[in-house]
Amino acid sequence: MLKFIKHHMDSIDGIGLYPVLSFLIFFTVFILMLVYIIAVDKKTMKARSSMALNNNELKAFENENQ
Amino acid sequence: MNTETFYYDNRWAKNFLIATMVWGLIALLIGLTAALQLVFPELNANTSWLTFGRLRALHTNGAIFAFVGNSIFAGVYYSLQRLLKTRIASDALSKFHFWGWQLIILSAVITLPMGLTSSKEYAELEWPIDIAIAIVWVAFGVNMFWTILKRRERHLYVAIWFFIATFVTVALLHIVNNLAIPVSFTKSYPVFAGVQDALVQWWYGHNAVAFFLTTPVLGLMYYFVPKAANRPVYSYRLSIVHFWALIFLYIWAGPHHLLYTALPEWAQSLGTVFSIMLIFPSWGGMLNGLLTLRGAWDKVRESAVLKFFVVAITCYGMATLEGPLLSLKSINAIAHYTDWIPAHVHIGTLGWNGFMIFGMIYWLLPRMYNTSLFSQKMANTHFWIGTVGIIFWALPMYVAGFTQSLMWKEFNPDGTLVYANFLETVTQIVPMYALRAVGGSLYIIGMLVMGVNVFRTIKSGNFIKEEEDSAMPLTKVFKKAKGEYWHRWIERRPVQLMVWSLVVVLLGGILEIVPTLMVKSNIPTIASVKPYTVLELEGRDIYIREGCNACHSQMVRPFRSETARYGEYSKAGEFVYDHPFLWGSKRTGPDLHRVGGKYSHSWHYNHMLDPQSMSPGSIMPRYPWLFGNPLNTIHSQEKLNVMVKLGVPYSQDYIDNWEHYMDLQAQAITDDLREQIEEVDVEKSDEIVALIAYLQRLGIDIKAEN
Ligand code: HEC
Repeated sequence: MLKFIKHHMDSIDGIGLYPVLSFLIFFTVFILMLVYIIAVDKKTMKARSSMALNNNELKAFENENQ
Repeated sequence: MNTETFYYDNRWAKNFLIATMVWGLIALLIGLTAALQLVFPELNANTSWLTFGRLRALHTNGAIFAFVGNSIFAGVYYSLQRLLKTRIASDALSKFHFWGWQLIILSAVITLPMGLTSSKEYAELEWPIDIAIAIVWVAFGVNMFWTILKRRERHLYVAIWFFIATFVTVALLHIVNNLAIPVSFTKSYPVFAGVQDALVQWWYGHNAVAFFLTTPVLGLMYYFVPKAANRPVYSYRLSIVHFWALIFLYIWAGPHHLLYTALPEWAQSLGTVFSIMLIFPSWGGMLNGLLTLRGAWDKVRESAVLKFFVVAITCYGMATLEGPLLSLKSINAIAHYTDWIPAHVHIGTLGWNGFMIFGMIYWLLPRMYNTSLFSQKMANTHFWIGTVGIIFWALPMYVAGFTQSLMWKEFNPDGTLVYANFLETVTQIVPMYALRAVGGSLYIIGMLVMGVNVFRTIKSGNFIKEEEDSAMPLTKVFKKAKGEYWHRWIERRPVQLMVWSLVVVLLGGILEIVPTLMVKSNIPTIASVKPYTVLELEGRDIYIREGCNACHSQMVRPFRSETARYGEYSKAGEFVYDHPFLWGSKRTGPDLHRVGGKYSHSWHYNHMLDPQSMSPGSIMPRYPWLFGNPLNTIHSQEKLNVMVKLGVPYSQDYIDNWEHYMDLQAQAITDDLREQIEEVDVEKSDEIVALIAYLQRLGIDIKAEN
């Protein structure tokens, strides 16, 4: 539906700047996030992955998986 | 340092959970009523507040904001405290949030059937309620951020990130989409018109699905699935990618389609890649959820909670695969306006949202009541009835969607439409509507079973108002360890990181909406397009009040099948005075953008009184009250004034003498009606006269030019 009207936006002066800026902002953050994900150490990630569990639940899980 | 003992507050999580069940049942019963009305139009009962157009808005708002909304808050209030090892910051704010939200829902239950609506889908509530929503939402946000500041756990778990993104984005969406100028306490006109209003509305619509029905529920998934399975999240790395990729792609890949051709070549290519890539974070998230159950599949067989979660997550995967597909041009051309879209949406709400909620309820309630679930068997029964219900809901609607779209587009060899009478394409799919209602009923029966089970569970336990826990407080000073990784530096500053990432999301999102705010001056004007007369404007407001746009579109697309059926396709310049736009999103009835002049006044008169008299077998409701009610003109002049403020060119003479102009037009229509129908009992002040004036005006500005 919207595709029939979107060309009206193309005639706005300097319109290209907005999506490109928005894109660059997001893209940079995205790349930084990927770099972080690769850099972060395993131990931290492992600890975080069980943050939803409380001590008792965690113990039970570890016993189960011994 | 000493460990501190503190108490989690369970009251508001419990209250929100109860509210979820009560409102959820009501919202779905209203949905079922609306579904049945499409099979048995008599169920509209000739009663204004019971008609399909009004009930549909109540159903969608109820399902989204009452059913899913309350469940999100329940989940947040429970998990946030435990993930941050602290009590919720303010009991007073929790209380205000809970009761405020319930009052808002109650006011929706009252005002929407009264026909007080802005007509913008999923944002129908009028301006005083919109302001109340903003206030309560901010109270929720303050309570959440305050709790984060008080935390005893340094790292913010990924679920909390999802909650934060929800809070920020929904606030922005809600405010921009509801910008309006009041005419009275119960009526307003949006500041945007036509194309621009549509762009803003669907920027809201797209992101409301993303940030109200998806991100917060993902937060719940990342908390409750590990809890229920007693397993850590499969991959925390993947969950971080899931979060950022989803935020990034949803905000960017949604509205950027509107600006597509304005992008340089390289960005367009990347944009295409990104749109398809939206499938990956969604599926990454789905797999992360499902794989969390690794080694626990034997538990799934017994546990209803886990079964609910598995189907919910699978539905999430299905809906997020279908979504990007629906955005492809070729598929969209077929699916748009058909019942395919409700089918897609209900996989999301009934499957993904509903089943996450049920799983959460079955897991949470017994724990808060220090007991075990009254009956596992009943919970399993609920699961199976519910699943069959979803299938019976969705499959017939997919069939109906395909059938409609094929019939709308079928041509005879001589170039005429095979189903020139739109009604044929409606009666064909009524059996599918009936099956859909069966599916809905099953789903509701499942919920009733849950109700009994929950009631018995509560009876057998004692509510734990406050739950004790202990943890060490956070240390204020950091010591840099030798040779530590650089990213530690970031991790020590979660609050700063949070603030900056919010700024990024907001900035990126705002940049997307800015061009939309500028588009107005770039719509080519059409000289023959004039503002509505005051009578037509009042007729248009009746159209809005009755929710005719729940069944009728007003946007003829430039396809041969549509121009052959409806006439000249719609031009952007035709909508410049439409505050709000009324393009609709679904064609249960035919498009009305070119209906002006198609029929006589008397045809409309008889059709609105009893659609079946003019179109045998029609499923359109009757509107008898339009014939007795005198048109309310108390605000007519103020309406013109507000329109002028919004840039609609009414002359001062017209505003001063509006009564005279209204009278002239109403008299002419009444005279025609008296001539065309024998012994007709019509007064020029009847509402129906205004509605006919509006319907006869639709689309004729262009005809006049040709
Ligand atoms: C439940 C869905 C539904 C609602 C709500 C509804 N309609 Fe309809 N409408 C239909 C269907 C189906 C048809 C086609 C059959 C017929 O002519 O009655 C139709 C046909 C029409 C037509 C004839 C269009 C044509 O080109 O033949 C008009 C005009 C119309 N509706 C106006 C309205 C108005 C005004 C309202 C609100 C007061 C409204 N409708 C509400 C379903 C609906």
